[in-house]
Amino acid sequence: MFLELFADLSTPIMMGILLGGLYALIALGLSLVFGVMKLINVAHGDLVLFSSYFAYAAMTTVGMDPVVSLVIGVPLLFAIGFAMQKYLLSRAFAISMEAPLIIAFGVSLILQNFQQIVWSPMSRGLTTSYTLASFGVGSIRVPLAYLLDFIAALVVMFFLREFLNRTYLGKAIHAASQDRRAAQLMGINTDRVYAFAFAISMATAALAGVFLGLTFPFTPQSGVSFLILAFGVVIIGGLGSMLGTFLGGMVLGLAQTLGGYFLGAAAQMLFAYAIVLFVLAVRPQGLFGR
Amino acid sequence: MSQKPLLKVSHIDTFYGSIQALWNVSLEVEAQEIVALIGANGSGKSTLLDTISGLIRPAKGGIEFEGENISTLNPFQIVALGISHVPEGRRVFPNLSVLDNLILGSYNRASRPKKEQNLSIVYELFPVLEERKNQLAKTLSGGEQQMLALGRGLMSNPKLMLLDEMSLGLAPIVINNVYKALRKIREKGITLLFVEQNVRRSLEEADRACIMEAGRVVLSGDVADLREEEEVKKAYFGI
Repeated sequence: MFLELFADLSTPIMMGILLGGLYALIALGLSLVFGVMKLINVAHGDLVLFSSYFAYAAMTTVGMDPVVSLVIGVPLLFAIGFAMQKYLLSRAFAISMEAPLIIAFGVSLILQNFQQIVWSPMSRGLTTSYTLASFGVGSIRVPLAYLLDFIAALVVMFFLREFLNRTYLGKAIHAASQDRRAAQLMGINTDRVYAFAFAISMATAALAGVFLGLTFPFTPQSGVSFLILAFGVVIIGGLGSMLGTFLGGMVLGLAQTLGGYFLGAAAQMLFAYAIVLFVLAVRPQGLFGR
Repeated sequence: MSQKPLLKVSHIDTFYGSIQALWNVSLEVEAQEIVALIGANGSGKSTLLDTISGLIRPAKGGIEFEGENISTLNPFQIVALGISHVPEGRRVFPNLSVLDNLILGSYNRASRPKKEQNLSIVYELFPVLEERKNQLAKTLSGGEQQMLALGRGLMSNPKLMLLDEMSLGLAPIVINNVYKALRKIREKGITLLFVEQNVRRSLEEADRACIMEAGRVVLSGDVADLREEEEVKKAYFGI
């Protein structure tokens, strides 16, 4: 009886971990900006979706594979992120801590409506030859897209960690997040460092957008729900830690699939957000935070 | 070399918002000199250092370093010219390792190639930093953090170091060590401008001193002369 239950559990556990990869991928950029600039970038979800739509456009107009289109998408969002911080948010930061939040909210609304006008509220998806493929692990069928999500998250997390810990610019990002004035006295151009941090966050959003589109259908309104999911991941994982965010994604993914398994599909997100509330109550610095 | 001072601050006014913190402050520091800034809390000593290193821009007046006007430059440009500011309260990066803190000191492009060389100088000066190089900076004692802050400041190859309240909150024996290090830093040909609460100490360690009051320089000169000034005696030694 018990063994049978366990065999049944292997599917939600496997799916939860892989799905957690997608959540982590969306949340990594949010976590980076949150950790460095103390800004909750409420436009993050919409910028992720911007990338989904960009890949959709590349696929439907010139027939480019969504993953291949990242060759353009990643530098494009990197540049948009750099410009957005340098010319828009940095000025808002000079006013107050709340101003950039409001600016980000404005960017979110503009993007949502822009995407609605261009693409209509209809649901779209990045459907390719491999989108619906799946493979077997023992008795479990795993969709290929879920595995790609997980691998992408793992790779992005690994490179972000190495970048932040090993390069001068990465260390400067750490330094600016811990003590901005002291960082300036080290000869760090903190405005430039913030612009790079935001640009890198947007580059990860470009990746997240494509893998999101390969996994789920999306509408111009999807950004908000994925922002909230990513926010949950950052809360669970803890601020400023890339590994923590990655593991936080797994926890939220597992909470969702196991919640669905035990309480029924209708209650799966309820259970996932209950976990977020629980973590906030007992360990506000996050499960893996310092 | 010309007779020009290394650092020349002339007639600067500095504001925090609408509150004026410095009034017509002038100051000169010659190369290889040690100059102490003395004054009560709130007299503008730290503001003066912040203005020199570019953290605050003066509303009026000029700051020249090696004959070049730096009063409109950003802090990161001023560091690259050879001014290193070790701030009050040490301000080490708490969640970075000791080694990473030091490496960040050599962030500007001119100092990067000399990173290894400067690291060995710092380790020679403060052996404890090498022993603890892999620890997070926040796990160091107050004295060790001050040494880290000094070492980090040395990593940028400075010609001039601005040192703010190095002995604040440290035990007397640790303060002695910090000043021992200061003398060694001077032997390397680095010019020092430092702020110190302890007037007796300042007058012992420095060649010259400037006394500030309410945002103005009220007295300056060689320490030997200052020690004899009636005002200084009265104000600071209670004689």
